[in-house]
Amino acid sequence: MDMTPHFPIYMDYGATTPVDQRVVDAMIPWLREHFGNPASRSHAWGWEAEAAVEKAREQVAALIGADPREIIWTSGATESDNLALKGAAQFYKSKGKHLVTVKTEHKAVLDTMRELERQGFEVTYLDVEEDGLLDFDKLKAALRPDTILVSVMYVNNEIGVIQDIAAIGALCREKGIIFHVDAAQATGKVQIDLATLPVDLMSLASHKTYGPKGIGALYVRRKPRVRLEAQMHGGGHERGMRSGTLPTHQIVGMGEAFRIAKEEMGTESERIRMLHKKLVDGLSGIEQTFLNGHPDQRVPHNVNMSFNFVEGESLIMGVKGIAVSSGSACTSASLEPSYVLRALGRSDELAHSSLRMTIGRFTTEEEIDYVILTLKDRVARLRELSPLWDMFKEGIDISSIQWAAH
Amino acid sequence: MAYSAKVVEHYENPRNVGSFDKGDETVGTGMVGAPACGDVMKLQIKVNPETGLIEDAKFKTYGCGSAIASSSLVTEWVKGKSLDEALTIRNTHIAQELALPPVKIHCSILAEDAIKAAVSDYKAKNAVERARQPAPVTH
Repeated sequence: MDMTPHFPIYMDYGATTPVDQRVVDAMIPWLREHFGNPASRSHAWGWEAEAAVEKAREQVAALIGADPREIIWTSGATESDNLALKGAAQFYKSKGKHLVTVKTEHKAVLDTMRELERQGFEVTYLDVEEDGLLDFDKLKAALRPDTILVSVMYVNNEIGVIQDIAAIGALCREKGIIFHVDAAQATGKVQIDLATLPVDLMSLASHKTYGPKGIGALYVRRKPRVRLEAQMHGGGHERGMRSGTLPTHQIVGMGEAFRIAKEEMGTESERIRMLHKKLVDGLSGIEQTFLNGHPDQRVPHNVNMSFNFVEGESLIMGVKGIAVSSGSACTSASLEPSYVLRALGRSDELAHSSLRMTIGRFTTEEEIDYVILTLKDRVARLRELSPLWDMFKEGIDISSIQWAAH
Repeated sequence: MAYSAKVVEHYENPRNVGSFDKGDETVGTGMVGAPACGDVMKLQIKVNPETGLIEDAKFKTYGCGSAIASSSLVTEWVKGKSLDEALTIRNTHIAQELALPPVKIHCSILAEDAIKAAVSDYKAKNAVERARQPAPVTH
């Protein structure tokens, strides 16, 4: 079945990015003639594969200001989150069993925390403010003598806000608490320099930064040294922290993607900032429209908007030439409104009325123009259909009505 | 999620969108669902007092494409029916006609509820009329 839209405008870079053509080209030879196992020490196929893996490790490390020896290959950011949280919690459990995270984290962190609760750890899930940011004092108040780990994401996948990682890291460092950061949505979007940033563990994804899916990495700090209990046992690859034959082609792809990100981030961010402004300005012209998340403390790649009195799924259905998402792609299959927007204190109906548009390397100005026009038209048409819009126009406060929940 | 051709057709060309005067004696209004759940349906029926038949229907819906299609469909179905006939429309008929996937069955349930609510609103409004007739003997 042909599922590709006919006039595809891809505005879902937050779900995944297309693989950059240069990345594909770099990967192909490692699927064809250079098929060796990087762990083979006895012949040239192995040696060249190992060299390619190490070069990619340097490229990934370079983007985040790390030492290549601090990079552990994984299958993606979900596995990195699992390894970081379970690995550190289990290793340091004799020091304490309290963990702290935030309600707006990705499910890869939240569900892993739930599993750790089942294993006997205690987890505090912090609220965020209305703008999606963590209140530093609330974090400070949540830390206890038995807190061993704090996990806060760099850039939120749904609303694009940037948490103050430097300040949180400094606090954790002062208290001797391991600090994990999920940076899946941050690489290539914000400057990261782990030489100065006090972060102990950082999860990295390839496919959000124009690399292939199925590969990611975990940064594990060497000074001061952070220890982990392995979650995948086997041949002792990646210094025993993550066994399994390394997928050379995937790793080369992630390396090349991160090299390009480092080189082009400056100019790319400028261009995307301009597109972001155009999109937000264009959509803000629609009555009863709200931008979710802090207006400035964010990456310009993300525009999450609520169109009041219009249900998000029906809006997406009406803009079928444009690929966008309501809530995060991982939870879109459910009927529940976004838990991230709920955590901002947005009402259920505003959460139901939200759209996440994420722009990236191949988004054009013409596409933004088309999206604005299409959304304006659809929102107007759906409001014509909306009994809530009528009530709003009649001055009836919808929250004052006793609705029969079903 | 892939939508059936019928859902898309109703979504693109919704039938009988609009409102009647709520105060009109011949109009029954049903409003079901809740904004917090992501669906609100307003269904209105206009009844001919002479014949007792539903001669017109209108709807407004806040909800997904399947909710819009379900309510659009029932406005077509109730027209020309008596109140009792309208009450025989089941959510299963709606779901079948629109080929709704299991996750969207609640939209058809809501549409059935909207019919019931509109009919009972009409009946409540006109209960005064019926009260003038001899009351049945109660035990």
